[in-house]
Amino acid sequence: MAQVRVTVDGVEYVDDIEPRMLLVYYLRERLGKTGTVIGCDTSNCGACTVHLNGQSVKSCSVLAVQADGAEITTIEGLARDGELHPVQKAFNECHALQCGYCTPGMIMQAVDLLGDNPDPDERAVREGLEGNLCRCTGYQNIVRAVQSAAQAMKPGASAPVDTPTPVAGGQ
Amino acid sequence: MTTTAEPTTPGEIGRARVRKEDARLITGRTRYTDSITPAGTLHIAVVRSTFAHARINAIDTAPAKSAPGVVGVYTAADLGVESVGLPNAWPITPDQKTPQRPLLASSAVHFAGEGVAVVVARSAAAAKDAAELVDVDYEPLDPVLDMEAALADGATLVHPDLGTNESATWVFDSGEAGSGGNVADAISAAEADPDSVVVRRRFIQQRLIPAFMEPRSVVVDPTGEQITFYSSTQVPHILRTMTSVTLGVPESKLRVIAPDVGGGFGGKIGVLPEEMLCVALAQKLGRPVKWTETRSESLLTAHHGRDQIQDITITAKMDGTVTGLDVKLLADMGAYLGLVGGGVPILGAFMFNAIYKIPAYKFTCTNVFTTKTLTDAYRGAGRPEATFAIERIMDELAVELGRDPMELRQQNWIKHEEFPFTTVCGLTYDSGNYEQATRQAMELFDYAGLRREQEERRRSGDPVQLGIGISTFTEMCGLAPSRVLGSLSYGAGGWEAASIRMLATGKVEVITGASAHGQGHETAFSQIVADQLGVPFEDVEILHGDTQISPKGLDTYGSRSLAVGGIAIVDAAQKVIAKARRLAAHMLEADEKDLEFANGTFTVRGTDKGKAIQEIAFAAFMAHDLPEGMEPSLDADAVYDPENFSFPHGTHLAAIEVDTETGRVDVRKYVCVDDVGTVINPLIVEGQVHGGLAQGIAQALFEEANYDEQGTLVNATFVDYTLPSSADLPSFDTHVVSTPATSNPLGVKGVGEAGTIASTPAIVNGVIDAIRHLGVSDVEMPCTSQRVWRAIQDARGRSTQETPVDTHSPGAGLGSIDPNNPQGEVQ
Repeated sequence: MAQVRVTVDGVEYVDDIEPRMLLVYYLRERLGKTGTVIGCDTSNCGACTVHLNGQSVKSCSVLAVQADGAEITTIEGLARDGELHPVQKAFNECHALQCGYCTPGMIMQAVDLLGDNPDPDERAVREGLEGNLCRCTGYQNIVRAVQSAAQAMKPGASAPVDTPTPVAGGQ
Repeated sequence: MTTTAEPTTPGEIGRARVRKEDARLITGRTRYTDSITPAGTLHIAVVRSTFAHARINAIDTAPAKSAPGVVGVYTAADLGVESVGLPNAWPITPDQKTPQRPLLASSAVHFAGEGVAVVVARSAAAAKDAAELVDVDYEPLDPVLDMEAALADGATLVHPDLGTNESATWVFDSGEAGSGGNVADAISAAEADPDSVVVRRRFIQQRLIPAFMEPRSVVVDPTGEQITFYSSTQVPHILRTMTSVTLGVPESKLRVIAPDVGGGFGGKIGVLPEEMLCVALAQKLGRPVKWTETRSESLLTAHHGRDQIQDITITAKMDGTVTGLDVKLLADMGAYLGLVGGGVPILGAFMFNAIYKIPAYKFTCTNVFTTKTLTDAYRGAGRPEATFAIERIMDELAVELGRDPMELRQQNWIKHEEFPFTTVCGLTYDSGNYEQATRQAMELFDYAGLRREQEERRRSGDPVQLGIGISTFTEMCGLAPSRVLGSLSYGAGGWEAASIRMLATGKVEVITGASAHGQGHETAFSQIVADQLGVPFEDVEILHGDTQISPKGLDTYGSRSLAVGGIAIVDAAQKVIAKARRLAAHMLEADEKDLEFANGTFTVRGTDKGKAIQEIAFAAFMAHDLPEGMEPSLDADAVYDPENFSFPHGTHLAAIEVDTETGRVDVRKYVCVDDVGTVINPLIVEGQVHGGLAQGIAQALFEEANYDEQGTLVNATFVDYTLPSSADLPSFDTHVVSTPATSNPLGVKGVGEAGTIASTPAIVNGVIDAIRHLGVSDVEMPCTSQRVWRAIQDARGRSTQETPVDTHSPGAGLGSIDPNNPQGEVQ
């Protein structure tokens, strides 16, 4: 057993875990953070994407012990004080989801993408989301949502902005 | 595109409402099956065959039984389920060969991935660890991989007791049916006539994997009076009935719940061995039992789709008039028949003639067993295969005749004024306007301009050539009139059920038997009810996916939710209104005949006296003063059985650029105009079309399930099975025109499968059109860079190096890399 101390969606947890436990299982099974889902075994689909110290990671590719001392944000912690993040809002307004299974990862990756590039063109969005698979939407409305969120998040736009803080050693 | 929250009622239908189900999905407040773990849950892992075909000499479970956390390890014999077979609900012919499809293989395995034992443990990880310790002594047998070889004399038999690898042969002959002429006569006449042409082509429908994003998951909780059975399924009601049939559990003791379901695309229509194992084990152990598959398990064992060899013969006069169509199919069933697997190609039988007036037609399909994963419904189920073949051969015919492919289609299609039109298959298309959709699509596409550009690029020898791909498709939706299903020996009806409960506080609960897994039923059905009853959209709650809440239903597949389930809701609403009218008349002291109902209020004609439906619902709840003999309720149930299918159609145009030096295919422009009848919610329709296009394009360009010569699926991960990513697809230019269906009161037709059905031939026709002048007349799907490049080299008479099949992996991205030539150097 190994001990981890992590802050997830603003709450600190200390747990003894098996060293082999992946972060995604820790989030889902130990913390009940089932909003983050698992779609593949090979880190291709991105459904499990969360933010680790402000950077997007596929939580199936991180051991929970590697997150020791880290701050993690999942889809469940993205809305602040009952106010949806602009990317969440845009996904709803642009009909960027159908079954919703890829959505948590897609939104978390989109937030990260906009942190790196606040005004991406279509190509940049498509390439920035390449590691997140969706089987329902054909991606078109996802791209539209990300670009629409980018407009809403521009300085001067009314919506609140959650810019991830870049951390050395992030992906 | 955004909406306001104002509780308006008129005009809900056609309004681009954002979806109400999104609120939980964008915040992670979801309830997928794998997120459900009742206290004390045990987890299972299935020990799977590593061989495609082998005898099982022995299974040693002892080491696994003593592994940490293991509760038990069971073979079929240990569970006493050796004689249990999973259901096949669609025996297509009376003499169909239907092998027993076991929960766990006992004496032999018939595909790689088939279960042979199951481990139960306290955690999923412990179960998986222990599954590795189960030692199975296999005696390998020859795999059966090629359909034609499987049918030849002396072939290795997948199921020796059946005496053949042929499951069934199903024939439709318009000459015999009396719905058209004899196609053999049409072909001999054409062959003898110098003024006619006969075009024969073989097309391959490669094997695909539905690859829904949510892996399948099952939780069976036997505590309590009823067994509670959660499953990531499209068909909770069918699953409940079939579980009773399969395991003998009384239907009334089973509660099946499909909670949030992360996509299906046909891939979650089924009754799974793992589902039945969970039920059997939960009963045996008295504890909740759970199974969640890994992605590799999903790709390996969840049913696949398509996989046909299509031999198509079309005859026509030199003036372009089509005179006959002969279709001969071989359809790969895999090792067993799934729930409706044998019937999938038969659904296509009625669609090969498509939108065309074809005087003579014959369809012959032989279903073949191989030692591969079984095939069953995948988005479109039979209809994409049919549409691909007819739209490809219309292009081939146009080439033979030297005609513009669109002009040739126009010459042969059913004209707008000819509706309703009874086809050579005996189906009556109620409505359609192919001219309108095509005209609009060609304008938006700039068909003439792109043809000029194509001509220019050919003339200049541009290394990047342009092709124009056409697909003018129709499909049959709204499965299905029960009498038609009966005539096809399908094991159920095609009706759908709905109930409406008018709550005391004025809210409305709508229960539908069509459970959603991404389609947006909660929003679209709310719009329909808001319109019907004149209540605010927000006040309508849609309940589904739980057989205790929604006891009656036939679930979601075949673009039926709106065209069948939606009409059941309308019928229930009409019954509510009829009941409310009686009570309203009583409350208003008026005659029912003098009441008008609009915007949720009954008014006495010519006065300002009125009662809102919510007030009437409250009066019914109070029941203090009701008309003589009236039940104190406005609630109503309805079951709707459609009279006919619905027939959406559309024109899809693709501008395809092919780099003739590398074989790279680029979808430069994609325009489609679909007629899906009345649109309830344009946002949802657009989303369905986008997603459908992506899946159809994926078949054309990216995806294929590949088996090596030992019968192992070599691309059972998302590394190798190349679902397109956002970077692989273009934006689409999608439009809708509406010719309302005349067969239902909403005028709706269905949209779930349209994009998938239409887009595959549009893309492939475009690829071939780009390089036909180089001598290429076909490229097998998926049209990867490698295949296109090889086709060009072949046409130029240049030899290329073969790719060993066991390392072949298709698709763009990683899959398009030639393993023998990873740098893509020109050889």
